[in-house]
Amino acid sequence: MIERGSSTVASLNPRVPGLQATRAPSTVSSFLGLINQFLEWFGDLGIFFWRVVRAAVTPPFEFHELFRQLDEIGSKSLPLVALAGAATGVVLSLEARYSLTRFGAKSLLPAAIVFSVIHETGPIITGLVVSGRVGAGIGAELASMKVTEQIDAIEASAVNPYRLLAATRILACILMLPLLTLAADACGVVMGWVTQALSEPQSLHQFINAGFNGADFNDFLPPTFKTAVFGLIIGTVACFQGMRTKGGAAGVGRAATSSVVLSSLFVILADVVLVKIIIIFFP
Amino acid sequence: MDTIDQVAIKGETAGETGGAPAIAVEKLHKSFGSQKVLDGISLTVKRGETLAVLGRSGTGKSVLLRLIIGLEKPDSGSVRIQGQDTAGLALDQLSDIRKKMGFLFQHAALYDSLTVGQNVAFPLQHHRKQMSESERNDRVKTLLAEVGLGENDDQKMPSDISGGMQKRVGLARALALEPDILLLDEPTAGLDPISSSEIDELVLKLQAEHHMASIVVTHDLHSAKTIADRLALLDNGEVLIDGNYEQLQKSDIEFVKEFLKHS
Repeated sequence: MIERGSSTVASLNPRVPGLQATRAPSTVSSFLGLINQFLEWFGDLGIFFWRVVRAAVTPPFEFHELFRQLDEIGSKSLPLVALAGAATGVVLSLEARYSLTRFGAKSLLPAAIVFSVIHETGPIITGLVVSGRVGAGIGAELASMKVTEQIDAIEASAVNPYRLLAATRILACILMLPLLTLAADACGVVMGWVTQALSEPQSLHQFINAGFNGADFNDFLPPTFKTAVFGLIIGTVACFQGMRTKGGAAGVGRAATSSVVLSSLFVILADVVLVKIIIIFFP
Repeated sequence: MDTIDQVAIKGETAGETGGAPAIAVEKLHKSFGSQKVLDGISLTVKRGETLAVLGRSGTGKSVLLRLIIGLEKPDSGSVRIQGQDTAGLALDQLSDIRKKMGFLFQHAALYDSLTVGQNVAFPLQHHRKQMSESERNDRVKTLLAEVGLGENDDQKMPSDISGGMQKRVGLARALALEPDILLLDEPTAGLDPISSSEIDELVLKLQAEHHMASIVVTHDLHSAKTIADRLALLDNGEVLIDGNYEQLQKSDIEFVKEFLKHS
């Protein structure tokens, strides 16, 4: 039984008649091949994303599956995200206290912790933690379904797999990331206070007042909602890598790994762009 | 002695009697990269008829089924389901056609996160939304009973049941929407002779009750002889012969003789 994917990577390997292979052309052709693979990957991702969007906006809608994914991605990631946020708050408090004391600015410690958490560390830590847990989970689950023909069975049952499997997961990631970020922020700020209070007793009320003094919604809402973009990236990359898997158990492993690596990388790169956009539009 | 074309024409003519055939495949070509898998296949199957597609491993039998249900797109040629050309249809447009078809995958392809009962109920939940939960449960029990499984089996997970039982569940799921067309990919592959015989009897029984147009892909000649009205033998991407078993036995084609000798 011969089953092959619908496309293969065309590796560029120009052969110049009469010219023996030298080191330079081989390197160039390898580099061009990599560029070609890179562009093909993005092209396929674009086609996949378009199919998901079309499926997501046309009925019938898969509300049951969406709610199931909201639970799977949201509530089951909460303990991990909260723990990560808490740990980040502790580390920030310890590091900031040392640095600010050196420069005689210890009174700014609550503000330093709060601003660091809500502006950057809360969102990025949430994005990376969810990328690891959810990205790997979605990638492995869909890859396993792909190699065992379950996705084909869904399609043969006249159900759109892009709508049932991909759109629900991507939408759940988009909706849950901001909420998880709130949880990470809260845990980070509280644990930052606990760490601070262990050195210099201070009530939580005083800490919050000092920390949020001068802060407004522009400091809080844009960084929190940028995690919706992180969710879009994590969901899309993980679903894409999972649903195009080939190669049995090894393919499932590769899909899970590549889902985490690629979604983490793109989350970090997207953060660079989003931070700049936030600074421009929400000064 | 009829030639290949004459035998094939008989099959097509019989299929065209009484309206468009349920399945009509015409000059189908399919390649994967440089590998030519199907090279101008033409077949028809009428309602109530079972066609067994035989051939060596790797001759494109399963690819033919995947082309018919639309999981693959042909390079050229046409696939008509009840007279409607499926080529070029988008995913959602294919849905209406697929609701008339049931597909049993080679390894059953059960959803491993769902129970046996949920697997069978899956098409009903998506396409029979007017059914109440109790009606759906009753229908699932009826389908499981039809394939020889008991009420106690519906709460089991696919990993908890044998390969033969998984095939039965797959068959029940394929029949959930009362399809006009049934496609079976190696239904007895990997099963012991007794289980294979039970699956054959089950397919015969279901055919007698539901009068579907069926295509069974198999390399098991004994199974094909038991359940099929016609047999089509593929080799090198082409249909070498399309007729009943007696016509195969009388064929002068070397490959057909060799295939029958080793089966």
